[in-house]
Amino acid sequence: MAPKNYCWALIDAIREEMERDDDVVLIGEDVGAAGGAFGASRGLLDAFGPMRVRDTPISEEIIVGLGVGAAMTGKRPIVEIMFMDFFGLCLDQICNQAAKMHYMYNGAFKMPLVIRTSTAVEMGIGPHHSQLLESWVGHVPGLKVVMPSTPRDAKGLMKAAIRDDNPVVFIEHLALHRNKEDIDEGELLVPLGKADVKRKGRDVTVVATGLMVARALDAAETLAKDGIETEVIDPRTISPLDIDTIVASVEKTNRALVVTSSMKQFGFGSEVSAEIMERAFFHLDAPVQRLTPPFTPAPFGKHFDEYLNPNAGSIADAVRAMLK
Amino acid sequence: MTDKIELFERMALIRQCELQLNEAFAKNLFPGYIHSYLGQEACAVGMCAPLSNEDKIVSTHRGRGHYLAKGMALEPMVAEMFGKETGICGGRAGEMHAADPDLGILGGNGIVGAGLPIAAGAAYSAQLDGTGAVTVAFFGEGASNNGSFGETMNVAAAWKLPLVLVCENNLYAEMTPFSDTVGEKDVAKRAVGYGMQGEVVDGNDVLAVREAAERAVERARKGGGPTLLELKTYRWGGHFEGDPRKYRTRDEEKEWQERCPLRRFREKLIESGEAKEAELDAIEEQMKADVAKAIEMALAADTPAPETAHDHVYVPGEVA
Repeated sequence: MAPKNYCWALIDAIREEMERDDDVVLIGEDVGAAGGAFGASRGLLDAFGPMRVRDTPISEEIIVGLGVGAAMTGKRPIVEIMFMDFFGLCLDQICNQAAKMHYMYNGAFKMPLVIRTSTAVEMGIGPHHSQLLESWVGHVPGLKVVMPSTPRDAKGLMKAAIRDDNPVVFIEHLALHRNKEDIDEGELLVPLGKADVKRKGRDVTVVATGLMVARALDAAETLAKDGIETEVIDPRTISPLDIDTIVASVEKTNRALVVTSSMKQFGFGSEVSAEIMERAFFHLDAPVQRLTPPFTPAPFGKHFDEYLNPNAGSIADAVRAMLK
Repeated sequence: MTDKIELFERMALIRQCELQLNEAFAKNLFPGYIHSYLGQEACAVGMCAPLSNEDKIVSTHRGRGHYLAKGMALEPMVAEMFGKETGICGGRAGEMHAADPDLGILGGNGIVGAGLPIAAGAAYSAQLDGTGAVTVAFFGEGASNNGSFGETMNVAAAWKLPLVLVCENNLYAEMTPFSDTVGEKDVAKRAVGYGMQGEVVDGNDVLAVREAAERAVERARKGGGPTLLELKTYRWGGHFEGDPRKYRTRDEEKEWQERCPLRRFREKLIESGEAKEAELDAIEEQMKADVAKAIEMALAADTPAPETAHDHVYVPGEVA
């Protein structure tokens, strides 16, 4: 066991997979000589050379397109789109090309492609660098969407994503990059499509993603002092969603709150809420609630963060309100 | 495909395919839109002539010529156009798409310009493997005004990718004359700005196209990087069959049909004594019969069971 931060856990995952399989390549802006815009590919250029760790121009559409074409011809590319806010520049390659290639051609091509990207929610960088857009891609059949909240999950999910034969959008939270956790050395695979029950409880289910997982756990700690036992579930994979684990929990607790950093409107929380309603309505003692930032862009500056985003206090308040 | 008679045969096959699919469409037997390749046959056949099965092509929404020129089997290709389960992609790809990985055919595309970055990816893959395989990206002049073109030109030149970018300039971007949308009517001139070779070619002269293709493919194979070829041609039909073509005159269409690539090649072969008229007539008759049979088979085949809509959304299997 060694303490690793989220960022180095991801680098380890990519390095291990590139060592394991020569077909794994990394393509993107600043991934090589610069070691990654966030230092998240440090050492890989030296280890694998400029052909397998390829710096690109600032051309998002071809970054993803290179991955699609390489995946169709036997490679297992990881392509990096620095911020998820830039997805508008390459959504065709993600949603029309990568997502549909296996389907359209009747299974003739596999699409072992990882689209590595980040969200910088709560980092004060302003409206073009602060969105969590998991619902954009979660809406598209053919894509898998992954969003780890811990260093261990980041490593295990990245390794599984690289070995998956489907296109996987891998969303990293930059605000989590420095978080540390003890991780076993050696092989670590976290299966895609499997939620993780981060804390057991009998009174209420809190489904939280990304940055919100740790806050939900903090809230659960506070609530426990008042005798409220909170079950915290991190879906880890946005699509395909492990709804069974969530429903099983709600059948036990009879209450559910979904907490995300993304918009409530047409969002991931709405999807989880609707699934619970359809599958576990008669187990519910209270309406399913969603706790999210308000429906605004994120303005520049960290001074807005506390006002805009859910925190342990507001999560605990929301749970208490559901138990009244 | 070095034999000129083979080139003629392949062009005649494409011609017949396009003519007879249009007839099927006119009789309301076709289940969707047809984006006809009529008039552009020399482009596909000349470009694919120097390619092997290891070489890749990426096609467009107007792709039948490319598929046939690269060797896709006629009957499953035609069945695919009709959306039948006997189609090369089980009937689920349809009129704007078909692929055959074994022949290096990486598919058509319903999104104008989207094939270009994918072709660059295939070329990058070949570059990594050092196989000498070349990728040909077919696209229209319409796609040359898409951002994907600029991104692909730049990366291809910067990385010296084994890629040939083939712009079939048929003068109309869907229903808008290309000349209304650009300040420079030669797409090939843009090559200079990106640091690669560019060449304008008579796209209705199959031998001229083949020569240009051989030069570009050879350059790519030897590590000399990409080439932009602009094949000047003409789309005989509308953007799709049934398009009333109000954006151009019938005289203009007639003028271009005088430059029919198939007839020009036929005359050349006869004049040079490389073929006899009767021999070429027989080839055309054979192609006509082959296509008629393929369409008949496609019409008689079943459409896929609706439940198969769920197939292949994801590649199954756990990761280990």
